[in-house]
Parts: sequence; structure tokens; C-alpha cells
Amino acid sequence: MEFDKELDARGLNCPLPILRVKKALAELAGSKVLKVVATDAGSVKDFQAFCKQTGNDLLDSGENNGEYTFFIRKRA
Amino acid sequence: MAKKLAIIASKGTLDWAYPPFILASTAAALDYEVQIFFTFYGLTLLKKDLDGVKISPLGNPAMPMPVPMPNLIQMLPGMESMATMMMKQKMKDKGVASLEELRSLCQEAGVKLIACQMTVDLFDFKKEDFIDGIEFGGAATFFEFAGEADVSLFI
Repeated sequence: MEFDKELDARGLNCPLPILRVKKALAELAGSKVLKVVATDAGSVKDFQAFCKQTGNDLLDSGENNGEYTFFIRKRA
Repeated sequence: MAKKLAIIASKGTLDWAYPPFILASTAAALDYEVQIFFTFYGLTLLKKDLDGVKISPLGNPAMPMPVPMPNLIQMLPGMESMATMMMKQKMKDKGVASLEELRSLCQEAGVKLIACQMTVDLFDFKKEDFIDGIEFGGAATFFEFAGEADVSLFI
């Protein structure tokens, strides 16, 4: 999937991945896509909840070898 | 209009120091307006120097220990510092933010930190011991915000 910016949140634990994503999204223009890689297992549910509450769009997510990848489209 | 979260932070040990800052910073990331009112031992969390924030296994049977340790041993001098050091190291290994980091993330995100003036007087705390950017107030100050809050927590 294409993205405009990538955030490495590996090794970080709750609530740091969410806080870093919030900051990264703030630096991104509307409708742009942020890719996030995290190792926090709790981030799967947390990113869903974050996107639902902030109106951003969680386009896709997946897990590979304990690494979780998310694609978030910033709300326009 | 933004949702509001009001928290009272009343405890000053390392374990109890985390929930107010974790919840406040996360709520701010979710676009909540957040205030934390620090009272009694919670005021320790607003000091410039957070070295006084410690953890003790004493009287806390739920705290996981590498080896089971009777209370009689836990009360020996130095045990509290050792437990604190071990906990901080564990947190670092697991990627848990330090208190200092979480606190400044809260401030960056616009979380309002209010120190209970009565407690400051009671314990003879000095204003210069506290971090910049905080406010001082009383119970009525808390209710001015909490009265309109969507979520209120006492920690």
C-alpha cells in the first residue's frame, strides 16, 4: 500500500505509540496516509479505537513476526 | 465541542503515578480537553525532581517479585530504592515511557496541571520545587472544570 510518511513505533509501549501517531498525523496534510510499525500487541485494538474516536481512517492493518503494521489516512 | 476529562491524582508512588499521566496524555491525543488536579501525595508528581517517586513491595502482596520476599526483609534499609531501581529498569526494557517523558508529553498536549494550594501549604512545599507551567488552586477550581467533564476519575 502506498503511503506518504512512515512512523517507527517499535519497542514502544502504551500509550507512546498512540501519542507518536497523533504527533505524526498533525505534521501530515489531510487525506495523506501514515504507515506505522509497532511491536505493542495492544496497539491493534488501540489504533482501531484511536481512529474511530478521532475520525481518521484505518485503511489496513496486519501482523508479521510480532510486528504490527497500520495504514492510517488522516481525515480531510 | 471537545470532550472533557477531569482527574484527581492523589498518590505519589511510582506505580500510582502512571495512570493519571497515561490517561491524560492519551485523552489529549483523542482530542479531549484534560485537567489533572494534584492533591496530597499526588503533588510529588509535579516536582522538578521525581527521584522521590518510589515503589515499595512492602504492604503490596500483588507486586510481582523475582523471588518471594517476606515483609521482614522488605523493611530493611535500601530495599525500597532497590525495588524502585528494578521497576524502572523493567519499564525501560519494556518500552514504557519514563514519568518525566509522559509528564512533558501531557504538557505539550495542553493538559492543564493544577496543584492543590492547601496541600502546598500543609506540607510547606516551595513553589520553586515544582515544574513550570502549572497552576495552583483549590477544590472549587477543580469543580469548575469537573462539573462539565464527561469523565471524572479519582486516582
